[in-house]
Amino acid sequence: MIPELGHFALALSLGFAILLATVPIAGTFTGRLVWMRSGGSLAAGMFAFLLLSYICLTWSFLADDFSVAYVAQNSNSLLPVHYKFSAVWGAHEGSFLLWTLIMAGWTVAVAVRSKGLPLDMLARVLGVMGLVSIGFILFMLLTSNPFDRLLPMSPSDGSDLNPQLQDFGLIVHPPMLYVGYVGFSVAFAFAIAALMSGRLDAAWARWSRPWTNVAWAFLTVGIALGSWWAYYELGWGGWWFWDAVENASFMPWLVGTALIHSLAVTEKRGVFRSWTVLLAIATFSLVLLGAFIVRSGVLTSVHAFAVDPERGAYIMAFLLVVVGGSLALYAFRAPVMRADAQYDGLSREVLLLVNNVLLVVATAAVLLGTLYPLLYEAMTGGDKISVGPPYFNAVFVPLMLLLLVAMAAGPLARWKRTSGRELMRNLGRVAVASIVLGVLLPLLFTGALDLWAVVAVALAAWITLSLVQDTLSRVAHKGDWRSRLAAIPKLGAGYAGMWIAHIGIAVSVVGIAIVVVYSDERDVRMTPGDTVEVGGWTFRFDGIRPAEGPNWTADEGVITVLKNGRERTTLLPQKRHYPVRGMVMTQAAINPRFTRDLYVALGEPLGGQAWAVRVHYKPFVRWIWMGALLMAFGGVIAAVDRRYRRLAERAVERRRVASAADAPLAEGTS
Amino acid sequence: MSEHAGTAPGSMPSRASLFIPLVVFLIILALLWRGFSLGDPHALPSALLNQPLPEFALPVLHEPGRVVGSEAMHGEPFLLNIWATWCPTCRAEHAELARIAEEYGVPIFGINYKDNPAEARRWLARYGDPYVFSVVDADGSLGIDLGVYGAPETFLVDAEGVIRYKRIGAVDRRVWDTKLGPLLAELRDAS
Amino acid sequence: MRPDGVLLRSLILGLLLIAGHGQASSIDVYEFDTREQEARFHALNAELRCPKCLNTNLWGSDAPIARDLRRTVATMLREGHSDREIRNYLVSRYGDFILYNPRFTAKTAVLWIGPFVLLFLGLAIIGVMIRNQRRAARAGDQLMTPADAERVARLRAELRQDTSGAASRS
Repeated sequence: MIPELGHFALALSLGFAILLATVPIAGTFTGRLVWMRSGGSLAAGMFAFLLLSYICLTWSFLADDFSVAYVAQNSNSLLPVHYKFSAVWGAHEGSFLLWTLIMAGWTVAVAVRSKGLPLDMLARVLGVMGLVSIGFILFMLLTSNPFDRLLPMSPSDGSDLNPQLQDFGLIVHPPMLYVGYVGFSVAFAFAIAALMSGRLDAAWARWSRPWTNVAWAFLTVGIALGSWWAYYELGWGGWWFWDAVENASFMPWLVGTALIHSLAVTEKRGVFRSWTVLLAIATFSLVLLGAFIVRSGVLTSVHAFAVDPERGAYIMAFLLVVVGGSLALYAFRAPVMRADAQYDGLSREVLLLVNNVLLVVATAAVLLGTLYPLLYEAMTGGDKISVGPPYFNAVFVPLMLLLLVAMAAGPLARWKRTSGRELMRNLGRVAVASIVLGVLLPLLFTGALDLWAVVAVALAAWITLSLVQDTLSRVAHKGDWRSRLAAIPKLGAGYAGMWIAHIGIAVSVVGIAIVVVYSDERDVRMTPGDTVEVGGWTFRFDGIRPAEGPNWTADEGVITVLKNGRERTTLLPQKRHYPVRGMVMTQAAINPRFTRDLYVALGEPLGGQAWAVRVHYKPFVRWIWMGALLMAFGGVIAAVDRRYRRLAERAVERRRVASAADAPLAEGTS
Repeated sequence: MSEHAGTAPGSMPSRASLFIPLVVFLIILALLWRGFSLGDPHALPSALLNQPLPEFALPVLHEPGRVVGSEAMHGEPFLLNIWATWCPTCRAEHAELARIAEEYGVPIFGINYKDNPAEARRWLARYGDPYVFSVVDADGSLGIDLGVYGAPETFLVDAEGVIRYKRIGAVDRRVWDTKLGPLLAELRDAS
Repeated sequence: MRPDGVLLRSLILGLLLIAGHGQASSIDVYEFDTREQEARFHALNAELRCPKCLNTNLWGSDAPIARDLRRTVATMLREGHSDREIRNYLVSRYGDFILYNPRFTAKTAVLWIGPFVLLFLGLAIIGVMIRNQRRAARAGDQLMTPADAERVARLRAELRQDTSGAASRS
């Protein structure tokens, strides 16, 4: 019964979504306030029934109801109970239910946290989100119903959750990622609402900013968790693969980053409005495109499994309606702007535009590389090529280097125009200090110089020191150092968020460069007593012993790590066997520290007492993910800036004023 | 991205440029649609198409002392089938190979791929031997020279020893009727 | 069909339904004469694609064909072949599909040059915008100095107060 209830609740939520997509927007045309106001309750109804549906699916997992096909495929009576909770999003159908539930959650959040938003605007925003939700719910009901039964031939036990997913990283990674993905639907909905109403003003950008920041922060954490998981779980020490699935999450992140910066310009200066709207549409479109790429199997279809034509065709139609419709609306409604002497060639506006161009070109490069195999096949009538990490690194890295160089100048430049001499004076010292640090630090750390390490450390220093310089110059007008220090917190949460996020970039850049340049690794054959030297550490293989878990058994290697002859730690890598799926999994053992990881994975037995063992020394690898956490933290800090709340309170009045006063002025200057 | 042009204040003041993003999107969508309908993802083209069979010198399964090369197969168009006892799909296609050999009189040569020869001989004794002979590719090096992904795979080779078609996966009735059979008939007509 | 990294990464994104795949990133041990050869071995394994896998390099795959190819690469390295020779050897058998680093040809020109053309276009557009801004500034009056800007802002604010006052009165 419970699965049927879940299915029924899902169908009901579709009803609410349809009402949400139609009634409030219809209200804006007919002027009926009750219709416009209905958005909040309809969103709540949609959310409630999706939640009920989700709870029903979870209950089916907890109750081991293997007559439900999805449960039978992804659970087992022996599966530990906390994994039964997370198994709900362990595969396509359930994960999409979670995705849709989160979408509804965002919709409710917008309805609740929008006290100051004009009623018609709110009605349109919620309506757009309802429209998108219809597509998601319908997708489940038509092609991916998680409640399908296996009747009357239900299996007596399930085929277990994929062992790869029986892991903490995998419990938290998808929800984070989804919160980020669908969070961009808010900025999208605001953009569409603004286009519909024709009110594409600074207020619109101000409303969108905090939502965009939070969605971006979650996406950042989600991507970082995925990278971390791949690192410790896949057993070969890689942390980014430029795979189509990763690219599908990285593209919205890149454009979302551009959007955050573009929104700042539009809010503060009222320029580049069409561009910012386009970025908001593009970010969510890339989310949907990524979902298509991943869930239809169009790009990963070689050999392993057939594409699912039904799902693919559905998502394609959905893309055409949502993205095509939005871009058509954009083409007809976006304002065509004229040059009106609002900024000079050297100004923060232009630097942010450079940032946008670099990020968008980087996104385009990732998209091009991801889709090129398809294009190539179409061009040559069937020949296949692969586009992998060497290509992406070759194209992406130079673009990012340019971005990092420009990044330091952005905060230091003023709006409208900056004196080149002043900028040079501020940045000159920073540049010299950065180069010195870039050479000195790697030299002290390793005793050797490597070009990439020098470049990365110098760029990280360049970003960090320019931020310090910027803060100092912002408080320079306050007499003594004491009052200058006191003035720093008054620069605001938005400023602090920018600071932290940019430092996060610097931290990640250092991590990436150091781990790429100074990593050491060996694949060796070891018999008990053998030692191997990696990255200045000695690893001694002491033998293999059996180990056991609730639904697996394992061979566990015992490896003692020594430095200068002293025993420092013991690592216990495992080779686990999961009998239900008949899968063997490599469980690497890692000794993590702030500046280095020691990483050991167990290979195959090689006869006698010998085993293949892979040993890695990974300096600074944690910095990659710490930097990402800092970025996300900065994004959240910036989103809670008090001025958004203050502005929200004054919003209604402001808007009336703006429409009365700004319009003639803007006309006048052009 | 070129969308940028559409929104650059002052650079292109016409509304037409605002349509650029829509056009770019529709192109991408068309591409995805095309990729989506490209059909059989198993049809990886062989790099060796229209190339002569690679040289090899391997022992014959049933006469371990006799070492042969590719010229032992030349003379008329033939099939070259990669098989192994550890490969269930090979077992599944075996009957079809026997039917083809019998009904069409086409010589089929086997490559016993990364297998145990004694077991392989037992396997053929049990299920029947459609091959003129099989050569033993114990370590899979001929497999690599042939660009093999795994077993089973089947090559159609013409009288001069040039590879004309490659099937990855099992040969079944449909593959024979639609691809291999017609191609073989063509090759026979030509020679 | 053997498991591989991508499949699993698809799974971690929780987006794909795949049943019955396992993963065991394999480790096999090859002895090389020099550390330099070993480093080249690792580099080649990382940039060559396992031809039968979903999307993973030779290194990350446990498929039998990936093992065979690793062995081939190791043997050729020990025999003293250059990286280029090894790549060509594999491409002549498995096609361009096996290279993660696509070769520059007429058909991949768009792939390699495209991003840089876009970058150039983007920067050129910024250049044009700046020129137009300057032209507009000259056509009107001087580009506003910060002091001017402040004055205009003050005037705007005053005007705004006036009109809003007017609006609320009316």
